[in-house]
Amino acid sequence: MIEVEGLTKYFGDFAAIEDVSFRVNKGEILGFLGPNGAGKTTTMRILTGFTPPSSGTARIAGYDIQMQSLEARRHIGYMPEICPLYTDVTVTDYLSFMGSLRGMDKKRIQKRIGDVIGLCRLEEYRDTLIGKLSKGYRQRVGVAQSVLHEPDVLILDEPTIGIDPRQVAETRSLIKNLAGAHTVFISSHILPEVSQICERVVIINEGRIAAEDRPENLSTRLRGADRIQVDVKGPTQQVAAKLRQVKGVKEVVIALPGERPRYYVDCIPGNDCRADLAKVVVNNGWELQGLQTVGMSLEEIFLRLTSEEEVPA
Amino acid sequence: MNNIRAIALKEMKTYFASPVAYVVSVVFLTITGYFFGTGLAGPFPEATLRGFFLQGSFILVIIAPLLTMRLLAEEAKLGTLELLLTNPVRDWEVVLGKYLASLAIFAAMLALTLYYPLVLFWFGDPDIGPIITGYLGYLLLGASTLAIGLLASSFTSNQIVSAVVAFGILLALWLIQQGGTLIGEPVAGVLQYLSLPFHFTDFVFGVIDTLNVIYYLSLIMLFVFITIRSLEARRWR
Repeated sequence: MIEVEGLTKYFGDFAAIEDVSFRVNKGEILGFLGPNGAGKTTTMRILTGFTPPSSGTARIAGYDIQMQSLEARRHIGYMPEICPLYTDVTVTDYLSFMGSLRGMDKKRIQKRIGDVIGLCRLEEYRDTLIGKLSKGYRQRVGVAQSVLHEPDVLILDEPTIGIDPRQVAETRSLIKNLAGAHTVFISSHILPEVSQICERVVIINEGRIAAEDRPENLSTRLRGADRIQVDVKGPTQQVAAKLRQVKGVKEVVIALPGERPRYYVDCIPGNDCRADLAKVVVNNGWELQGLQTVGMSLEEIFLRLTSEEEVPA
Repeated sequence: MNNIRAIALKEMKTYFASPVAYVVSVVFLTITGYFFGTGLAGPFPEATLRGFFLQGSFILVIIAPLLTMRLLAEEAKLGTLELLLTNPVRDWEVVLGKYLASLAIFAAMLALTLYYPLVLFWFGDPDIGPIITGYLGYLLLGASTLAIGLLASSFTSNQIVSAVVAFGILLALWLIQQGGTLIGEPVAGVLQYLSLPFHFTDFVFGVIDTLNVIYYLSLIMLFVFITIRSLEARRWR
């Protein structure tokens, strides 16, 4: 549903994100985890067509976000960070405005407004000016507008930031219920939050993808492993199997399955197995195209992510 | 088309949700009413709207920035621009919708001044031709000032800055003619042609010169076009 390949965005000389690639499958909830300033919002703005990337491509439901921008945008429901809303309109008027911008007819708008107001439990505030709502309720209006047109893809940027703990729990369960019908891509800087909601997590740090895994594997993996990225031209499964047999290797993850697979090899810390990995590849007659330790220590990121949990999970 | 209408309707609602539209209307009617009155006074009073049209139209330099300063600047400030532009709408639809909303509000304000001619018809025997062409010219002149105001609003997220920039551009285009008379020909002719009120005069005297109509229409298109480009450029920042 979402295919991102080699996205890079420069602001002047500063690379906000570099070579970011990942995929989100239909009906899946993917968490986009990273410390503040890691490039989450930039990535999301590119995915929604708000900011053009410096290079790389992104496809939403098969439509290129730059070349077929309008089509792609039709399939997206987006909630920016601290959802910016018009303050001088009522909830119903606002939703109806958003609906008409998304090409919904009057009847469908009426019906869907009823649905999403129920879904986000905004019944009492239908005719309240948005400016008078509390932060938590505004956040709900943000969610409501994002699902209003029943988009295939939901992009939610830090949906639980700045609201009180009880509302955080509610928002999380609300988002969890949205999966299935929608493909959800949600960003957060809180590890436990992502583990609760998401089926798969992509970790971004300083503009680069640092890891990609299921949340239950993440915390153990993040705690102690040196990660090596290996690019090999060869039969995917066999390569992975051979790499796994190398001494000191804990696990091998295949990222970007397809034509150019990339293997992330996790080694027991302090055990530099790069030489052994290279030997295995070459001895088997495959072509070794790249071998490097992945930039920063995952442990460090993990610490930053967990120490910022402000709310009881 | 639907998107333009939706955006225009939403903007018009916003005008009336805040006191801006009311306050601006009151000021507009007060000042133009004053010029309508003084235009009639004098040793040889005539039943015309010349005072309202010629001297009174200067108020547009202040009114237009006030009507347009919010349109794009506020969206940028609140961050709502992000949500607006990630909808399946084209940038030009956003700009046009907002422009038409400000134009509608201005037209409504102008409609409120129709009691001036009614007063004239009640107490005198005015020539109806120049009144009709005068209103047409006023509408074109006003529409041009709004396009300039809208452009200024696309530059910034600060409404005050937006208003001041629009005010500066408008004042320059209003007074440029005087500068020309000091320099002399051929510069004077060029500056006169660029001047906003210069092209209005013929309308007030009952003449619809296509040259003047084209001047205003091309000015409107030019500034709306630059606004669209300016909005697109925002994405690259």
